[in-house]
Formats: sequence, C-alpha cells, structure tokens
Amino acid sequence: MWHFFHQLGSPKHFYRIAGRWIPWLAVACVVSMLYGLYQGLLVAPTDYQQGDSYRIMFIHVPAAWMSLFIYVVMAGAGAIGLIWHMKLAEVVAISSAPIGASFTFLALITGSIWGKPMWGTWWVWDARLTSELILLFLYLGVMALYGAVEDKRTAARATAILALVGVVNIPIIHYSVEWWNTLHQGPTVTKFDTPSIDLRMLIPLLVMAVAFKLFYVVVLLMRARVEVLERERNTQWVRELVGSP
Amino acid sequence: MSLNEFFHMGGYAAYVWSSYAIALVVLLANVVAPVRQRRKLFTQLARRARRERKKL
Amino acid sequence: MNTPSLSRAFGLLLWRDLTLAFRRRTELFNPLLFFVLVTSLFPLGIGAEPALLRAVGPGIIWVAALLAALLSLDSVFRSDFEDGSLEQFLISAQPLSILVLAKVVAHWLITGLPLLIVAPLLGLLLDLPTASIVTLMLTLALGTPVLSLIGAIGVALTVGLRRGGVILSLLVLPLYVPVLIFAANAVESAGAGLSIAAHLSLLSALLALAVSLSPLAAAAALKISLS
Repeated sequence: MWHFFHQLGSPKHFYRIAGRWIPWLAVACVVSMLYGLYQGLLVAPTDYQQGDSYRIMFIHVPAAWMSLFIYVVMAGAGAIGLIWHMKLAEVVAISSAPIGASFTFLALITGSIWGKPMWGTWWVWDARLTSELILLFLYLGVMALYGAVEDKRTAARATAILALVGVVNIPIIHYSVEWWNTLHQGPTVTKFDTPSIDLRMLIPLLVMAVAFKLFYVVVLLMRARVEVLERERNTQWVRELVGSP
Repeated sequence: MSLNEFFHMGGYAAYVWSSYAIALVVLLANVVAPVRQRRKLFTQLARRARRERKKL
Repeated sequence: MNTPSLSRAFGLLLWRDLTLAFRRRTELFNPLLFFVLVTSLFPLGIGAEPALLRAVGPGIIWVAALLAALLSLDSVFRSDFEDGSLEQFLISAQPLSILVLAKVVAHWLITGLPLLIVAPLLGLLLDLPTASIVTLMLTLALGTPVLSLIGAIGVALTVGLRRGGVILSLLVLPLYVPVLIFAANAVESAGAGLSIAAHLSLLSALLALAVSLSPLAAAAALKISLS
C-alpha cells in the first residue's frame, strides 16, 4: 500500500497508473452524471416559488462548490511542491488551474442565467456571484503568471506562492463582499441557500456534486499526464514512449 | 413529468436549457483540451526523434 | 567586519530608499497627479450634480487611490533588480522579510502618505461632508499601507518578468477588494452619521495581517523570482 503511494510520486509511474485509472473513473463520472441529470430534470418536483427555473441549481451549485474545492487543492498541491519539492505536486497544481477556472466561469454564467428570471437582470451584484467573479480573476492570475515565467519549475513555485496568498484571501474577500452586499442590496433574498431543501431536490444536487468531482479527477489526470510528458520529455522512458526507431 | 413538460420547463426552457448546454460545452472543452495538447506534444516529440535519428 | 544590527539595517535601507527617491523629486508627483486627475475625471464622466457626487465620492476617491497605488508599485523593486542590489539583499546576513518591510515602508512614505495629504482637497472637489473627509483620511492612513504591503507580494512575483506590469494588476487588484469595500463603506457611513468603529477595526485587522504576513510572502516570492 505504501509502495503504491511511493510509486505514485515518480512521474513515470504516475503516468502509467493514472492511465489505467482514467477509463474507470470516466465511466463512474458519466454514470453518476446521467443519474444526477435524470433525478434533477425529471424526478425532482417543480418548485412552487421558482417553477422549473430552479433546475439550473443542479449545475450552478456543484460548479460553485468545485470552483472553491479546486482552488484549495491547487493551493495545497502548490504548498506541497514548494515545501517538499515534489514534481508531481507542482504538476497537479498547475493542471488544476484551468479546470477550476472553467467551473468558476460555469458558476458565473449559470448564476447569471438563473438570475434573469429570478431578479429580472442578467447580472446582480449578489454576494456569492461577486465573490465568484473575484475568484475567477484569482484563477486567471495564476494561469497568467505561470504562462509568463519561462522555466517550469520557477513558474510552479511562483504560482504556488500566489495560490497560497489567494487561499488566505478568499475567506476575507468572501466575508467583505457579503458584508458589502447586505449593506447595499438590502432584502434580496438569495434562493441559493433555502435552509430546508426537499430531499428529492437534494439528492440530484449531491449526485451532481459527486459527478463533478469525478469529472475533475479524470480531467486532472489527463492534463497531468500531458504535463508530465512535457516536463520529462528528455528522459529515456518518454523517448521510448513516443516511439523509438 | 411528461415529455412536453420536460422540454418547456414551465416556461423557463430558454434559461434552463441554455445553462445545461453551456455546461456541456464547458465540460467537453475540458476533455478535448488535454487530448489535443497530448497529440500536439506527440507530433513534436516524434519530429524531434526523427531529426535525431537522421543525425546519427 | 561586523554585521549591523537588524534595526540598523532596517533604518539604513529605509533612509537609502528615501534619499534615492528624493533625488528624483519630480517622479514623486506622478502617482499624486494621477490620483487627482482620475478623481477629477469622474464628474466629467458622470455629471456634476452635487448629490450624485456626494453619493459616489468616497468610492471614486478610493478607486483612484487603488489605481494610483498600483501604478506606483513597480518602483518598489525595479531599480534594485536592474542594478543587482536585489540579489545582494537575498544573500545578505539580514532576514529578507525585514529588508522587504523597510522597502515597503519607504514606498508607502513616498507614494501612500502624499495621497493621504491630498485627500481632503479631493473631498472638497466632490462636496463630501466634513465627517466623510476625516474618515477618508483615517481609512487612507490604515488602507494605503495595506495596499503597499499586498502590492509588494505581487511585484516580488513579477519583478523578473519581461512584461510583469501587465500581470501585476491582475494579480493584485482582486486582493485589494476587501480594503476597498471596508474603506469606501466607512466613508459613506460617516457621511450618513453612522458609526465607523466596525469598519476601522476591520481595516486595522487587515493592516495587522498584512504587516505580519506580506513581508514573508514577498521575501519567498523574491527568492523564487531571482532564482
């Protein structure tokens, strides 16, 4: 068991092991997503306040959860790479960034589309949406910084610092935006956190959350494998992999 | 829920379905990107291998 | 040769930066002029109705201060990076975070403090009540050091890059949001006659956090940028 984890730290073994896991995780992801969509779109009852528009929630909320989860993973992996100089931690960190940014973008767009029938405008400076917007900028900053530094190791370490500074700031930013929102928005009730949610609505929500997590792992492994090949392009095992004569 | 109700989503069809469509696009883009990156990398590395073989 | 004590090293570096800055006195005015200019543009853009200006004034002045701070950040490490002194700081016997703190203090004295001094003038331009202007100065006093400190992290990360200035804004502005929110809100509340104790405590908390953690983060970032 320990040997398994130890092997996982080596780029070469990670490449191979991840390659074997991806198909299975992908199947699990598709199955859970189909089940979640079936439950959410067909089985869950119509909300008496919002009609059927609330079904956007089954995309919006899991996407928002993922946007935060991935940022924490990115910062954590960055920290591990920084402290223990683990190559694979650096790879996981930078491979996570575009995926996290995508989920943040998805949360924003679906939040906006959901907001139109709810609040009447395409954009509202709701506390959660505003915080998500700033989170998107934090992600883009990490991606921009990584792209601007030539050496991959230096780039990984610099973005690790940035991600850590960001992760410390996210609760502060979220709190400040919420505070600002209660002062300026007044009685805009967010339907996003109704305390008592029907079980038939909760189940698809949780299933979609699991599906999105599986999706993240699958895509992360795919990206990480490519990143590993990039970094290790001059090693023997990569040369053999690409096609020796 | 009847099929008709499914498509109309209580009048909110445009909002609900566009959200789900955008979600699909985002998820697909995330799957396609590493695949294309990988192919590009392999072509690059294969080209390099050919160059090195010629040198020998 | 004896290594100077930490406080002496801090003082020397601070004095050096201030002296260097004062040799190029005209450059000191640039962020200040930017601050005044940007604030003056808003009435031209949104109309000069006094009620409107009074309502959005605090926010405008604070956004202008943010942008002015951002603009001036590049100077924190730029000249030292270019002439090699930054590498000397890295290998010196003194802890890098303290040296960074000295540079940030110098930066604030040169760019932040002038904003504080000019702010009342801008308050008058936008017809803010006296209570608002006093609060404005208080929030600037607490907030501009935070801007310099957080900004230093961003500059440390981008100092080695060719076009780091472009990325710097993207990195630093999201981190500035809490300061902006608490400060602008404080000024508004003061204008409405409400208590600003909560806002000021939050700003002080941000300042305390920034002073303790930013130099460390900036030092780590410098070591990476210069590696």
